[in-house]
Amino acid sequence: MSRFSKSILSLAFAAVATSAFAFETYKGIGRPATPAEIKAWDIDIRPDFKGLPKGAGSVSQGEVVFEEKCASCHGTFGESNEVFTPLVGGTTKDDIKTGHVKALASGDLPQRTTFTKVATISTLFDYIQRAMPWTSPKSLQPDEIYGILAYLLNLSEIVPADFVLSDKNIADIQKMMPNRNGMKTDHGMWPGAPASKGGIGNGGKPDVQAKACMKNCKTEVLIGSIMPDYARNAHGNLEDQNRNFGPVRGVKTGESTVSAPKNSPELEMATISGCMACHGLNNKIVGPGYNEIQLRYKDQTDAEDRLSRKVRAGGQGAWGSIPMPANEHVKDADAKTLVKWILSGAK
Amino acid sequence: MGNLLEQAGRLRPAPENFLSDEQVKAVASGRRDFLRKSFLAASAALAAPVVARATEGDPNILTNPAWTTSLGQPVAARPYGTPSQFESQLLRRESPGLARVGGASVSFCPLQGLFGIITPSGLHFERHHQGWVDIDPSKHRFMVNGSDDSLIKRPKVYTLDELMRMPSVSRIHFVECGANSGVEWANVAVPTVQYTHGMVSCSEFTGVPLKHLLDDCGVDYKKARYVLAEGADGSSMTRTIPMEMVESGEVFVAYGQNGEMLRPENGYPLRLVVPGVQGVSWVKWLRRIEVGDKPYATKDEAVHYIDLMPDGQHRQYTSIHEAKSVITTPSGGQTLLDKGFYNISGIAWSGRGRIKRVDVSFDGGINWQTARLEGPIQNKALTRFNAPWVWDGKPALLQSRAIDETGYVQPSYGQLRAVRGSKSIYHNNAIQSWKVVESGEISNVQVL
Repeated sequence: MSRFSKSILSLAFAAVATSAFAFETYKGIGRPATPAEIKAWDIDIRPDFKGLPKGAGSVSQGEVVFEEKCASCHGTFGESNEVFTPLVGGTTKDDIKTGHVKALASGDLPQRTTFTKVATISTLFDYIQRAMPWTSPKSLQPDEIYGILAYLLNLSEIVPADFVLSDKNIADIQKMMPNRNGMKTDHGMWPGAPASKGGIGNGGKPDVQAKACMKNCKTEVLIGSIMPDYARNAHGNLEDQNRNFGPVRGVKTGESTVSAPKNSPELEMATISGCMACHGLNNKIVGPGYNEIQLRYKDQTDAEDRLSRKVRAGGQGAWGSIPMPANEHVKDADAKTLVKWILSGAK
Repeated sequence: MGNLLEQAGRLRPAPENFLSDEQVKAVASGRRDFLRKSFLAASAALAAPVVARATEGDPNILTNPAWTTSLGQPVAARPYGTPSQFESQLLRRESPGLARVGGASVSFCPLQGLFGIITPSGLHFERHHQGWVDIDPSKHRFMVNGSDDSLIKRPKVYTLDELMRMPSVSRIHFVECGANSGVEWANVAVPTVQYTHGMVSCSEFTGVPLKHLLDDCGVDYKKARYVLAEGADGSSMTRTIPMEMVESGEVFVAYGQNGEMLRPENGYPLRLVVPGVQGVSWVKWLRRIEVGDKPYATKDEAVHYIDLMPDGQHRQYTSIHEAKSVITTPSGGQTLLDKGFYNISGIAWSGRGRIKRVDVSFDGGINWQTARLEGPIQNKALTRFNAPWVWDGKPALLQSRAIDETGYVQPSYGQLRAVRGSKSIYHNNAIQSWKVVESGEISNVQVL
């Protein structure tokens, strides 16, 4: 072999060796994430508290934040069922000892609260940090979150009123979570490696084993439940929810809405602009109902201007402490149209 | 059923078919005058102009309609095409009372009128945790990092420009919310298949296998056995996914849906596709994948999407959808027009692979016959089944039962509840029953 062909061979080997590194495969695609970028986005907190920010907050500090930023949806004591399911309630002193919420098995609970279900306190910190408050997620500081959690733990009678929760003692509180032993993973619905191989679950073995009988499979048909009469028309006129040609028709369960007048252009605008997610025409949702706003401002001459600005800039305090977020995507003229419509009795 | 004959668009059978059995006998016995009289009686119920021409034939044939005798619309009159003006009924709808705020609610897909297996993108069911957002793709970034520096050589950031340069796959998969049929665990609660099963949809998704991206970042697969997926919306929803699924090449980072970009409600411009696994893991508006050595117990695997069992324990990290099926036509809240032939049609799916067989029953599960599957049958996708049925006008109980390639058989309510009770909320895959009564009206019932 000549020296020349040898050098070609060694070059070829070098190329093979290089392409074994995957990052060369997609040359020019992607770039390294900077430490600051990773810090900005890597906000998750695991059950072993990896990712938990340092900080501390007392029950009483938490109560202040909760009242200001959480209570309008969750109720002052985290008990409200008005907007979301309750956070607190249904757990006992005995549950704190055993780590099993007894009422889950006995069926005594009218409704499962967050504290009856959650086994890991890290979950609550992680979720509050990433997604709360509802209209301005990721705005809470770590100390505020420690405080809110301390307040909720106090409402659940897990910690006393003078308690201060911090990154130092949160692992101890984990040992008192009322449903900390309430989870099991011995099922067949985890799509990864089973527990026997370091993963989760039983490796995909189904818990319900049915057979496919074909003829004379049973002697009688047992009906467990039928459509209750009161629910028959609870979903509007089903006739309007099916084509008016084809093999079947929808059952008439109410007045047709097909020929009913369309929503007003203002209501369409309010819906597209996202207003109706928080305001009802005649009811409070997260923010006040439009009927309440009209009632309060209808005689104030400057209301139209003031409220139009507020639609776009946001605000807080006029209707309780939950803030109205800024809506810069709503054009100035549209904000005025919407406010005019609200003040004239939005329909 | 009588009023149905007068409905718009109703195709009327020949006049003889208005006769009762008795009248037919009378005609057969030679009393021809009787035929004329009863035909007049029957046609009196119809609109007069129709009657006038009916002896000669169908006026829709005898007189050419406007669309046959005029010039149609030019091309691109509607640059983004929309359904016919006559198709206003099939819409995504909310179930009243299910949620208080629209930003944390569900809209259901109108399965009662859809064909085949692909869900039109505009009718795909919606489930949002904190409202939907419409992200500027030029500002969207996708990051891969590790829970620990030792798990990954190069944490990286990708733009859409870069992701769309990579080798792509296009695959048809179903996505079903874990809580689909959830309100029916204990008893019948809702009237139609839109509300019982409408949190399932099926699309062709296009994107980049996550494995390529993790390889590109130099992930240590020995240590990193889980990934965390995170959204860019306000909720920044997170879920844990096993690395085994990523390594299999099944999991991909999708930007395409049914030939176009994802719809904002479905995660534009980037979402995760985790075939066979409940929708909550298909994180929308995907901004970050973290590889880790432990599961994460996120809110949607520690407070919600946990399945309460009769002993008071919750099952955690339930993810796979077991085999399920439902007859969509005819179904609850619909009325059969007449006795006679019907094509029974429905959908079946399994999170464990392909559908092998679907059986249907017309007598509440005493006897079954095998339905015809429309191919090609895709892995972890909806499969359309059809079966012939002649309705004799008597009460009937329609059911379907799916069997997947692992041999798993879809259970009855009795069989499912015997193991899981009735408070699980999630993963209700029981056999659905539709009761047909003499009037032709169909309603939702549960057969044990």
